[in-house]
Order: sequence, then structure tokens, then C-alpha cells
Amino acid sequence: MTDPVLSVQGLSVETRDGVRLVDDLSFDLAPGEILGLVGESGSGKTVACRALMRLLPEPALRIADGRVALMGQDLVTLSEARMRGIRGRQLGMIFQNPTAHLDPVMRIGDQIAEAVRLHEGASRTDARARAVEALRQVGIPDPEARAGSYAHEFSGGMRQRAMIAIALACNPKVLIADEPTTALDVTVQAQILRLLMDLRDRQGVSIILITHDLGVVAQTCDSIAVLYAGRLCERGPKRGVLGAPAHRYTAGLIRCQPTSAGGEGMLDTIEGQPPAVSAMPKGCRFHPRCGAVIAVCNTHQPEQTARGPGHIAACHNPVADAAMTVSV
Amino acid sequence: MTAIAARPLYLRRFPGRTTLVVGLTVVGLMLLAALAAPLIAPYDPVFQDGTARLVAPSAAHPFGTDNFGRDVFSRVIWAARVDLQIAFLGVVFPLVIGTTIGTVAGYFGGVVDAVFMRIVDVVLAFPYLVLIIAIIAILGPGLKSFYIALALVGWVSYARLIRSQILILKSADFVLAARSLGYSHSRIMFRHLLPNALISSIVFAMSDMVLVLLGGASISFLGLGVQPPTAEWGIMVAEGQGFITQALWMTMFPGLAILLLSFGFSLIADGLGEWLGVKE
Repeated sequence: MTDPVLSVQGLSVETRDGVRLVDDLSFDLAPGEILGLVGESGSGKTVACRALMRLLPEPALRIADGRVALMGQDLVTLSEARMRGIRGRQLGMIFQNPTAHLDPVMRIGDQIAEAVRLHEGASRTDARARAVEALRQVGIPDPEARAGSYAHEFSGGMRQRAMIAIALACNPKVLIADEPTTALDVTVQAQILRLLMDLRDRQGVSIILITHDLGVVAQTCDSIAVLYAGRLCERGPKRGVLGAPAHRYTAGLIRCQPTSAGGEGMLDTIEGQPPAVSAMPKGCRFHPRCGAVIAVCNTHQPEQTARGPGHIAACHNPVADAAMTVSV
Repeated sequence: MTAIAARPLYLRRFPGRTTLVVGLTVVGLMLLAALAAPLIAPYDPVFQDGTARLVAPSAAHPFGTDNFGRDVFSRVIWAARVDLQIAFLGVVFPLVIGTTIGTVAGYFGGVVDAVFMRIVDVVLAFPYLVLIIAIIAILGPGLKSFYIALALVGWVSYARLIRSQILILKSADFVLAARSLGYSHSRIMFRHLLPNALISSIVFAMSDMVLVLLGGASISFLGLGVQPPTAEWGIMVAEGQGFITQALWMTMFPGLAILLLSFGFSLIADGLGEWLGVKE
């Protein structure tokens, strides 16, 4: 196995009051891998990724513990100035709402060229050519003319393409995509996911895809990490996790998917709400909502145990093997 | 969309267009007159014709002559150079200083913000003209002192205005996106936030030009700004006041020139504000 391009070990993020929003998160990302980071709203997906970029809103939130190694270099202890050289150049990020994340008064081409000029010291003409090329790469028609457009002249899907072009302009090793398709309609959503997979194939970029849509994960990702209330429930290859989920929460999420509910009946739901960050339950954080609680769930956090090759889960009473089958 | 984009701006309709066009025409004509002063003005603005003192407006002297026998029309035209320069420079320095300070204060917040905004409060606590006169009195009369005084006093309005815009914009998502690209604070402030925040300051600068123009004329009227015999509208009004009953034209024409230029700047400010949706 090749060395991971990004290795996260025991990452924890705390609020000023010492509440842990992300607790002991670990995962590896191989070159060219697409990892789906799945969880409900508030499960800490976005906070975890902001922590990877060192873009937490300090001092309200801070990295309390852990190691984030990008090609062997620890990012947590890096100075802010060095970290600025990593962002954009090695670690790119795209966001849910491309309209709000593009500068409204700067031409799209200039926004791409700015990143290239800053990080690679390219000349004005070279950067402009690179910007046009980047727009072509993300499938924007007539990129020479479109480079001179402003964000408001683009459609939603094209804005997302433009944002991807900006983030990938300097060929980062890792792209963090924070719900990149949530704000787009279904047909455009498929195009953008297709584009991300193409870029992975062509440029070998590794992608962390944050989503709450297991359908998106099933289509796009190589592996999955499921977060609940800031803790990792289950992590492993897509087929293992979706085909034979071990954690009760993962199994519940899969049952809640409209496509796997099968037929006309009522959609399944997981009863209750995720816990408030200030009132985390003792023991397993999922136990108040879990349908298969055993005594130890109330008192002890479950340890992560191996379930298969590269597949781990943190559950006291895991779903028995082959107890449920899901078509992936 | 492309059809609209292809149409040049001057052919498009937008709110405030008429106001803006009239304002730009007025200011443009006065600018033209100022630049072409040697061609337009029939006489040397400081030439004293002892045989033609206090002559009423006529074909030879359209605006009449003053008590030294100088042609008022020529002086009004030449004075446009000085007064336009006052309006422009008197706004540019405060704009640049205030915008920079306001951007930094709004972006970083905290102690930096608190210190600058308290200074702003103190400066605003004094009447504008009194503070300017006081500074000129210390530095000595002249245009240079006037510009310095304006820079020291005028920046506060710009700082306040831009700070309030930056405070709103700095939590915008595109700032986070810019940070995720590894951009430094100064790059984010001046290349991404400022262009987004600047519109209302530009509109304000246009109305500020009126204030500065009147301020400049007032200062010269009081003998603290432009020094005689240079032609400047404020001085001309001051010089004419003693003859207001015999030679109204000495004060009226420079006064009208001040009014017209102020009117032009006001119209530009209103038109821009309406077009760009800036509320004052």
C-alpha cells in the first residue's frame, strides 16, 4: 500500500468552554482516493475539515489534540505563514454555496489567476493562460470569453465549476469538498460529481467529500467515514461500510435513504435528535437513539474494533455480519 | 444576458441615469473650461486695468470688472482650476487615509478598532470647520495647510463608513474562500474586501466634494486659504463683499460658479447612489 497523502490522527476540536465538537478523529487518505465524510448536520464534518485547513474561527474553536500529516508534514504545529503556503497550493477547498464563496466584483479568470500568481509566482500572461486552461478543465464552454465574466453572470452549476477551477488551479494534493452539490439541482449535481471523479482520475488529486447524502457517497467515493456527534462511528471501504454496516448508526442512515427503503411504504427515520454539544450523553453518544442498546452502551464509550480489511467500527453491539444487505 | 452585456453603458437605462448624466455634464464642462482657460478667458486674470474699474457687465467684460479693473469673467474661468483642484485633492487624501484606517480597523476589530474609533469620535465631536481653521492657524495660511487640515480631519467620515461595510463583509463566505486559498490578511482586506466595500465611499466622496469646495471657498474668504491675487471663487466673493451694493457682479458670478460646481457634484453623488443602490 502506498503512503497516505493525508493522515489524520486523533484530531480533536474544542470550544472555548472545553466542549469537544470533534473527538479523536482518525483517518488516512491515499493518493487519488475519494473519502466520503458522512453525518447529520452538526456532527462535526465541517468543523473537522476547517480544522484540517487550520481555518477554525479562533479563539472560539481550537484544535485541542491530534496530528494532521500532509505528506509527512504536521500541519497542526505549523506557523500561520507556512500554513498560508499550504492552503491553496497543497490543500484546496470548495464549498456548498458557490455564489457566496466567489468574490462578486472580481472577474472569474482573475480569481483563478490570482491564486496561480501568488502560489507559483507566474507572470500575468502565464497566469491568465492557466486560468483559461483551468476553466476548460472543469468543462466551462468558451473559457477564453468566460474568464472575463463575473460570478453573477454564471449559472449555479457553472459557479461551482468555477470554484473548483480556482481551488484546483495550483494542483493541490488534497481537495476538501464541503457539500459541493447540496445547493445544486439533481442533474447539475451529477455533472459536478462526475467532474470531481474525472479530476481525480486525470490529476490524481485526493478528495474528502463532505456530504449527508449516502447516494452521493455510493456513486462517488472509495471509502467512507461516518461521524456522529463529533465521534467516528465507522470507517472503511465503501462496499464494506454500505454493504455490511457494523455500527447501528450507519445501519440506521442506510435504512433512511429513500432509494433503499424499497417501494411505497413510509420512509424510515432515526428517532430523536443528535445531542446538543453541551449535553453529550454518557457512554456511547448514539445510545439514546439506538434501537439495540445493551448495558455497557450507557456507561462506556465504545472502542474502535476491526470489522474487516480497513473497516473499523465503534459499537458495543454491532450489527451481525450479513444481518442486513443493501445493494450498492 | 449577452444582449444586455453587449450594450454599452451610456446606452443603457438605469435608475438615476438622468441625474448622473446632468451632473457629469456640468462638472465636465467646468473641467473643460478650467483646462481651456487660456483659450476661453479674454484677459489675464491678474491684469489690472486702471481705466476700467467696477465696470458693469458688457460685451467687453461679460461679467464686469472688479475694483482693480480685473475682468471678472476671466478670473472666474481661471479660478475653476484652483477650485477643482481643491475639491479633488481635498477629497482624495481623506479618502485614501480614511479608507485604509477603516478597512484595517473593521477587519481586525478588537484593540486596533477601539483605538481608531475613539479617535474618530473625538474628531467628530468638534465642529468640522472650526477644527480645520484651528489646524490652518497652527500651520500658517495657504492651500498646503488646508489640504493637511482636511486630511487630518476629513478621514474620520471615510473611516467610519468603510468600517461599517467591512464589518458586514468580513464574515462573507468569499472571505473564507480567500483564506482557504492561502491569501494573507492584507491581500484579503485590500484586494477582496475593499473593492466590495468601496462603492458607498465613492458616492460619499462626491457629496464630500461639495463640502470641501465650500470649505475651501470659506477658508479663502477668511484669508486662510488661497492668497490674493490668485483667482479663486472664495477670495473673489470676499473681495467683492465691500462693493456688493455698487458692483453685485463681483460677488454674484463667482458665487454662482461655486453653486454650479456644487450642484454638479451633488447630482453625480445622487445619480451614482441611486444607480448603485447606496443609501446615505
